[in-house]
Amino acid sequence: MKNDLLFDFNVDKAAKTVYITREFDAGIDLVWNAFTKAEILDQWAAPAPMRSKTKYMDFTVGGKRFYAMISPDGVEKWVFQKYTSITPKTNFKLYNSFADKDENPEPVGSEWDYNFSEEDGITKVYITIYNESLERMQSIMEGFRIGFTMMLKNLDELFAASKQN
Amino acid sequence: MKPDIFQAIADPTRRAILTLIAIQALTPNAMAEKFDMTRQAVSKHIKVLQECDLIKPEPSGREIYYHFNAKKMQEFDHWLAQFRESWKTQFNQLDKVLSTLKQQK
Repeated sequence: MKNDLLFDFNVDKAAKTVYITREFDAGIDLVWNAFTKAEILDQWAAPAPMRSKTKYMDFTVGGKRFYAMISPDGVEKWVFQKYTSITPKTNFKLYNSFADKDENPEPVGSEWDYNFSEEDGITKVYITIYNESLERMQSIMEGFRIGFTMMLKNLDELFAASKQN
Repeated sequence: MKPDIFQAIADPTRRAILTLIAIQALTPNAMAEKFDMTRQAVSKHIKVLQECDLIKPEPSGREIYYHFNAKKMQEFDHWLAQFRESWKTQFNQLDKVLSTLKQQK
């Protein structure tokens, strides 16, 4: 297995754009599926210890994916993604916005563009994210922080209770 | 709606203002002079930068001096680092998923 898989993360603050490139030791068919099929996305598309749970996903132009990122203590942050363009095994674009659990998206989101190419069995994925927001990310993190604090508080209570026994 | 920090620094004039006041606090009049702009144009930029907490006013006599708030910029860089880490973690997870899927074939 190739160990020096490329990972690039660049930010153009002036253009409000984040550029991410990553190579994967797998063919393009497999990698494409991993980015476009809900059952595979849910296995990796939230950074541990958070996990991803897709409520529904319709990978067609105009179709949507509605999913939650769930923290270990059960705090859910919902995300709406609308597919705006699909060229199979080459490119897809989506509009990403955070939402509440009732599928009401926030007014402003970000535009994501995924590109795929394969060379010698290594698939390169190139992602550009336009107009991602510090404020949005902070509110997400804040939600998780509150959940995490609550979890720790529960633990404190548990410890206190077990001491008394 | 409150302007976003990304939006605030996307503008070349605002970036130039930030670079300048990072070295030395300035009054709106001094900024207008340095950038050859009207007071109204400067006021607009100041408003955006202040709403993002990137600059802070400090009255001195009859003048208001604007200071660069380095803490906010650090917060932004911290967020970027977090964003990068979160992608890195996800991709490492995907490596494992792909290797499992390959074995199943």
